[in-house]
This record gives sequence, C-alpha cells and structure tokens, in this order.
Amino acid sequence: MNFAFYISGAVAVIATLLMLTRVNVVHALLYLIVSLLAVAVVFYTLGAPFAAALEVIVYAGAIMVLFIFVVMMLNLGDRAAERERQWLTPGIWRGPALLAVVLVLEMFYLLRSDAAVLSTGAVDPQAVAIALFGPYLICVELASMLLLAGLVGAYHLGFHKAERRARA
Amino acid sequence: MAEVPLRDGLLLAAMLFSLGLTGLLVRRNLIMVLMSLEVMLNAAGLAFIVAAARWHQADGQVMFLFILAMAAAEVAVGLALVRQIYERFRSLDVDALSAMKG
Repeated sequence: MNFAFYISGAVAVIATLLMLTRVNVVHALLYLIVSLLAVAVVFYTLGAPFAAALEVIVYAGAIMVLFIFVVMMLNLGDRAAERERQWLTPGIWRGPALLAVVLVLEMFYLLRSDAAVLSTGAVDPQAVAIALFGPYLICVELASMLLLAGLVGAYHLGFHKAERRARA
Repeated sequence: MAEVPLRDGLLLAAMLFSLGLTGLLVRRNLIMVLMSLEVMLNAAGLAFIVAAARWHQADGQVMFLFILAMAAAEVAVGLALVRQIYERFRSLDVDALSAMKG
C-alpha cells in the first residue's frame, strides 16, 4: 500500500510541475486533471475512498469542466477552429496520457490485491456521513448558503452588458 | 500492511501547496492563477485527509468536503469575474489590472 502512495504522490507533483510550465492554458488543464486524479489515488491509499470519489467527480469532473467552458468562451472568433486544432495536436496527449496510464495500472493493482488492504486505517463513507449530519450539521447548512451565494454571484457577474441592456 | 507515515503525507501536501503558490506568483495569465489556487486548496484538503487517516477519525474528511464546496463556489465566481475582465480589458494579463480607479 505504501508504494502506491509514493508513486501517485510523485505523479501528482510531476503533473503539477508540468502544469505550471505550460504556456497554453488547455495543455495546463490536461496536466491539472492528471494531478487531481493522482491526488484521488493518494486519498484512496490513505483509506478515504469517499473523498477519492468526490475528488474525481467534483474536482476533476465539475470544476475542470467550468474551466474548459470559460477557456472556450473567451476564444470565440473566426480563428477559434484553427486554434482548437493547434491546441489538440496528437503529440500533446502523450505526457498526460503516460501519467494517467501509470495511475490506471496502479489502480488495477490495488483493486486486484485483497480488499482487506483498505481496512487498516480506513474511514468508511458511513462514518463520514454520520459525522457530517450529526455534529457538523450547521456547517453543512453554511456550505449550502455559500454555494447559493456563489451561484447568485456567478449569475450576476456572468451577464453580458448587451444582454443586460436588452433586458432593461 | 504498514500505514503511510504522517510526515510523508504532510510533505506531499506541502510540496503541492508550494507548487501552487509558485504558480500563483509566477504566472501572469488569470486562468493559470485560478488553477494554481485550485492546486493550493487541493493540497490543503490533502493535509486534512492525511490527518484523518492518522487518527482514524471522520472529521478530516468532513473538512475536506467543506473545502470542496468552498472551491466550487470560489471557482464559479472567479471564472465569472475572469469573463467580465476579459470583456472589459480584452486581456487576461494580471499586470493589465494593476491600476485602480479613484
């Protein structure tokens, strides 16, 4: 179990380093996704499978999609298709794909080895849920208020000026 | 099966955090700055998970959930701001925003 932690930790650091040195935002996003997936594997090896699943779904899924939406939105124009072709030349995939393959092999190994591995120091989702909706209930309410405020703020800021004028 | 030592987990979190901080200070693209912020928040969450694994408590994972919710709200507002800034300045360079009005 220990070596899995070190391998995925190294993958996370390497992917983050490569992300910081990319000039192109889309290439950096690819490496950031790999970095988040590596951190998810780290969570899994630390005995937090629920947090690992949330990391993949919310961070690598939802938040990265937001980033990609905005990158795509900012580059509207005649040259958009040309630029997109230039972003996604086949060679770009190699680095992130290689790092992702390392993570996949590691996950296969972890899942194939006995499931009892996780039971050392594992905190199962049930315990997390009991804590979340027991002593931390007020924090859940506050988090929901925060998300609502974020939603309203993003909705307000996201308006085009022209749209706003058209509505008025 | 030996557990991962606390020191190594915290070391990984510190490395990721300092990488994110470096990116925040070095990069001039606003979207890259936001991505570096994500890396830093993620590293903070990792530290909580490491602590949760060390003491076998669920509280660390609960705090990670709150960090996740906070990151989602922050990114939504941040990217909406990025879009407004791009419309106003036609640039994503942080240095273009160095002057205040009034």
